[in-house]
Amino acid sequence: MTGLEYAIAGLLFMGVFFYAAGSLGLLRFPDSASRLHALTKADNVGLGLVALAVALHWGSVAVAAKIAIVWLFAIFTAGATAQVLGQSSKDETDPRP
Amino acid sequence: MSLVFDLVLCLMILGTAAASLLMRSALGGIVFFIAFGNLLGIAWLSLGAVNVALAEIAIGAGVTGILLILAHARLSAMGDPVECEPTSPWMRAAVAVICGGLIVLLSVAVLSISPTDRMGAQIATLMPALGIENPVTGVLLAFRAYDTLLETFVLLGALVAVWAIAPPGGWPQRPASLAIATPVSLTVIGTFSRVLLPASLVMAAYLVWTGSDLPGGAFQGGTVLAGGILVAALGGAIALPRADDMRLRSVLVLGPAMFLGIGLGGIALGRFLSYPVGLEKALIVAIEYALALSIGATLALLVAGKPVPPAAVQEGGD
Repeated sequence: MTGLEYAIAGLLFMGVFFYAAGSLGLLRFPDSASRLHALTKADNVGLGLVALAVALHWGSVAVAAKIAIVWLFAIFTAGATAQVLGQSSKDETDPRP
Repeated sequence: MSLVFDLVLCLMILGTAAASLLMRSALGGIVFFIAFGNLLGIAWLSLGAVNVALAEIAIGAGVTGILLILAHARLSAMGDPVECEPTSPWMRAAVAVICGGLIVLLSVAVLSISPTDRMGAQIATLMPALGIENPVTGVLLAFRAYDTLLETFVLLGALVAVWAIAPPGGWPQRPASLAIATPVSLTVIGTFSRVLLPASLVMAAYLVWTGSDLPGGAFQGGTVLAGGILVAALGGAIALPRADDMRLRSVLVLGPAMFLGIGLGGIALGRFLSYPVGLEKALIVAIEYALALSIGATLALLVAGKPVPPAAVQEGGD
């Protein structure tokens, strides 16, 4: 394996580690807010690392730019969704506006 | 792709399918169904069928998933028991026989395709005449245009069926508002939905345009458009139109009507749904754009549901 392949494998491994950590948090954390915290934060790092690995694997600027756009949309979506879920879980536990 | 990857993927597909069927909780079953659809999309990707993968993930997992979740939420709100009642052994046996028969029929059909089938080569020799390079688009819009034309009318028919169950006083009003954000301007989802709507328009236009030569097309682009419209409605950036809005109705019938019109024009050239020589690509791209607009609007309104009386619009936002 070349140095680049080691770098790609390392990035994928770290990405999967963060995804696993996020999923573990989703299963083990006690309340909605901390579960969301685990999912959005850890998974976004995991996605970023996997996206970086994919961009390096293809080794093309055009592909890397497309992956960067996908990554950005995924992050925006995760952030907005987490905010909505957090708000609705807050409304459920705390009826005051 | 490697054998290990394919085997793990197959196991995950079977596992999520089984979980989706066997879960006692209906919502849990829906969640596993969505995961199943996404994994199935990856399987199509692994087989090199990118068009099918896009359609499966966008429509099979995405739109169908939202429809099921909303159906569950609306049934729960009506107080109906959503959780599965145990079915009688006879019912189970009947379902097993029907599904088993279907599997046997499909297997026979798939296995009867000879490995030396010349269909791929035939399409490859016919493709240059169309001026486009994506063989899937060629099959959908030219060689088997009949099927696609009927599909678009089926989709329109589904929306008519949803509209037909409008409650008294509901017709022809708006569907229940999907907005979850009040006041809209201050919330993250409100801003996000405003940013996403134009982005989804660009993405949909790109998917349709690229569908001539690369994977993509009217159904994929239309689904992205529907997603953008629905998120915009969720964030309160747009209000869903009344069912008697003529602009809305024009958009809904634009695609199927244009497809049918161009197809009827083909009769003058000798055959229904044939394109005049030299204009094939222009007409196919025009039909695809019109179809994408209609499919986007139709899918979004299918998810939004039946028109309701105006008083219910404000409170029906779940």
